[in-house]
Amino acid sequence: MTDHTPLPPARGCRDVPVLKQRGQREVFCGLTGIIWLHRKMQDAFFLVVGSRTCAHLLQSAAGVMIFAEPRFGTAILEEKDLAGMADAHDELDREVARLLSRRPDIRQLFLVGSCPSEVIKLDLARAAERLTRVHAPHVRVLNYTGSGIETTFTQGEDACLASMVPELPETEARELLLVGALPDVVEDQALALLSGLGLDRVRCLPARRRDEMPAVGPNTIFALVQPFLGETHAALERRGARHIAAPFPFGEEGTTAWLAAVAEAFGVPPERFNEVTAAPRARARKAIAAQSKELRGKRIFFFPDSQLEVPLARFLTRECGMEALEVGTPYLHRTICGPDLDLLAEGPVISEGQDVDLQLDRCRAARPDLTVCGLGLANPLEAEGLRTKWAIELVFTPVHFYEQAGDLAGLFSRPLRRRARLTGLERLPESAAP
Amino acid sequence: MKLSVWTYEGPPHVGAMRVATGMTGLHYVLHAPQGDTYADLLFTMIERRDHRPPVTYTTFQARDLGADTADLFKQACRDAYDRFRPQAVIVGASCTAELIQDDPGGLAETMGLPVPVIPLELPSYQRKENFGADETFFQIVRHLAKPMDRTPKVSANLLGPTALGFRHRDDIVEITRLLEELGIAVNVIAPMTASPADIARIGAAHFNVLMYPETGEAAARWCEKHLGQPYTKTVPIGVGATRDFVDEALSLAGVDALVDESRLRLPWWSQSVDSTYLTGKRVFLFGDATHVSAMARVAEAEMGFEVVGLGCYNREFARPIRALAREMGLTALITDDYLEVEAAIADLQPEMILGTQMERHIGKRLGIPCAVISAPVHVQDFPARYSPVMGFEGANVLFDTLVHPLVMGLEEHLLTMFREDFEFHDGAGASHHGGTAVPRLEEAEAPAAATAERPPVESTFEIVWRPDAERELRKIPFFVRGKAKRNTEKFAAERGVAEISIDTLYEAKAHYAR
Repeated sequence: MTDHTPLPPARGCRDVPVLKQRGQREVFCGLTGIIWLHRKMQDAFFLVVGSRTCAHLLQSAAGVMIFAEPRFGTAILEEKDLAGMADAHDELDREVARLLSRRPDIRQLFLVGSCPSEVIKLDLARAAERLTRVHAPHVRVLNYTGSGIETTFTQGEDACLASMVPELPETEARELLLVGALPDVVEDQALALLSGLGLDRVRCLPARRRDEMPAVGPNTIFALVQPFLGETHAALERRGARHIAAPFPFGEEGTTAWLAAVAEAFGVPPERFNEVTAAPRARARKAIAAQSKELRGKRIFFFPDSQLEVPLARFLTRECGMEALEVGTPYLHRTICGPDLDLLAEGPVISEGQDVDLQLDRCRAARPDLTVCGLGLANPLEAEGLRTKWAIELVFTPVHFYEQAGDLAGLFSRPLRRRARLTGLERLPESAAP
Repeated sequence: MKLSVWTYEGPPHVGAMRVATGMTGLHYVLHAPQGDTYADLLFTMIERRDHRPPVTYTTFQARDLGADTADLFKQACRDAYDRFRPQAVIVGASCTAELIQDDPGGLAETMGLPVPVIPLELPSYQRKENFGADETFFQIVRHLAKPMDRTPKVSANLLGPTALGFRHRDDIVEITRLLEELGIAVNVIAPMTASPADIARIGAAHFNVLMYPETGEAAARWCEKHLGQPYTKTVPIGVGATRDFVDEALSLAGVDALVDESRLRLPWWSQSVDSTYLTGKRVFLFGDATHVSAMARVAEAEMGFEVVGLGCYNREFARPIRALAREMGLTALITDDYLEVEAAIADLQPEMILGTQMERHIGKRLGIPCAVISAPVHVQDFPARYSPVMGFEGANVLFDTLVHPLVMGLEEHLLTMFREDFEFHDGAGASHHGGTAVPRLEEAEAPAAATAERPPVESTFEIVWRPDAERELRKIPFFVRGKAKRNTEKFAAERGVAEISIDTLYEAKAHYAR
């Protein structure tokens, strides 16, 4: 088949110097991951041990309280817990017992550490062990941290999955393991593609239910579907599993390269690979072409947010014809993002961490056509005449693999299309907002 | 430790942010870990503000804890002053920073900034958002306001409106207009719209209008004591309260004026015959104490509803709400536990909820219409149109707000008459709410009584509905079905009837007929 993919750049970004600044970081903490993780794992409950701020974050970041009684909650620390008047562990045991008696459908409980629980050094690992003994075998209790002092946004999912790895059963089977929470529909598509390649024994971490959790061992070969899973990657390697390095499955090129790396690891014949991927590749290219008209030649600036920035910049520059000015990421994992960095042509500033005020200065000076940023910055930048794409949608929307490639491009083109469509609304010199 | 699913109030530093974000020329330096910046989106997304809140967070991380977080705070404070050049700075700690005890107030004072630095002590593990706003505003006023000559013309300050408040944006416009009609000038509106320089001239007003006791009472009390300014006690929500407020304001101002009520429509809208169907609608009220107590009066006296339950989430105001409930022959529900509120509503089966955005979700779950009358609010509660809830226009807005969730009067009759019509049936919902007209399900495939899942009435034996009685129950329009089910089961339980027949249903109906 004809390959429409541009050649890899002469020089990628793998070895370019990274701009690191230290200042205010306008990012979510890792607790935010609970919002999608609790929908993904249908028999899991996430109990944050923290403050009212944690509870307020979860409810605000979720945008609306969509779920009347969600499978997450916050055990709010009170004065008496801090002053030592109450034994925090006894309190926790009581709250957990009450919770589990009300929700018999819960099979996995995650105790999630927060900034306050870490600062007071509340040992949740010990609590998880103790509670597992109390509530086994029906409920397994694990712990991880989603605190802002340790994790940024999507790192919460990484910490959660990493906490599960040591608990997974041992296997000698040569199996492919997909790692990272995907929307069910996308996961099904991925499994169908892999099945087409002849890979029928594919497991997923996280599984939808506790009973379906994968086993892992020295013959496990794993592929990440999200770039922010550094700890999980390390934990799996400690179990002897082998990682397939690949660009991430965003867009047609990314999905093909990701599948090709898997196919190579499992010795899938090239003819079969082409046969299985030809039609969806063509569909994805067509869908991207339709969505990316508005994106060609436009300049994009990424504020650090989801850690998806590097693979997305690769997708937008190579498949949608955009020019990246700055690719900011909260944390750059060079090994995991290496294949994407190789494909991202030299040019943009790669920045890690943040001083939000200095970065805003750079953004205003560059006047990009599109700025990818968090919810706190989007409307203020729009009011300054900059078009924005709020980054949180990228983790709440199905965007992986071929059939979503057009939708992914659409997430970026819609703000530009909307701007072009609205006419005669120019702002008065004085702001009309409150 | 207390398990919380949803929370009515955020932590106290979010209250401080509501004050700072409402004001101009003020900057808040908040010692807080990375992640606490989520609070910016409350203002930029929910309220659609076009500027970032004036807050600098130190966003310390674990690695800083071993080093020097105090230096980090001072650096952030210095950078924030240099960049934003505010007229005054407030400094404080979020819940995590409170634990590391860096004393932001003390640190900032030693820095010699050329503007007033106001330290905030907001105990995160004891208090909540409204306290944070009230205390912050109080501290700002206490630090900046001084006794001074009164304005030559009689004037008042409006105290309490903040960013992210329920309809504060429009209430201040409405009350300013109302006072101006009475010949009373507005001196300063604070915290929302005020700069530190404005706060400094609060003392020039003759009296204060306390619009929102939740966020302005401490400041109003301080002004009364130290600036000699009395403050209004009536919150002008509803027709009667607005008239009482006018009398109170005139008496504090020592002037006499006739108020123009030509814009007021609620009284006629409520008296006109189309509103007859509102009579005795059973409503449940929940929210902040100020809005709940004002709305209790509106609901009973001005809409003709029956209040079957009420409560508030802010314990600081539990006493007046308990007293009000007693007066109405009810027991107040004082809780910030969402699940308790849900259980109370499921048990009472009101025909409408007047609540917060949390009760909107409860209503959705239980199939009970809900109008939002109080914070916490969401993006749809910041309408583009002018929609105060205070003053005479506010009363007009409230009439519409309280009627909109209900099925309209004539439609209610038609649904009852033609309840088995395959198109015009109650499962389709109220005609003005949009949605798709769904064909009526055949009896056989209809879901079992689509009311509250939990048994509304406790009894020592199991009560079962005979199939024909259950079919009959389903013919009752949805907006009264919950009440009918509850009443029938209660009736049966009281009489030891274990099996509900069609006769039981109608005997109960006759028994509870008003």
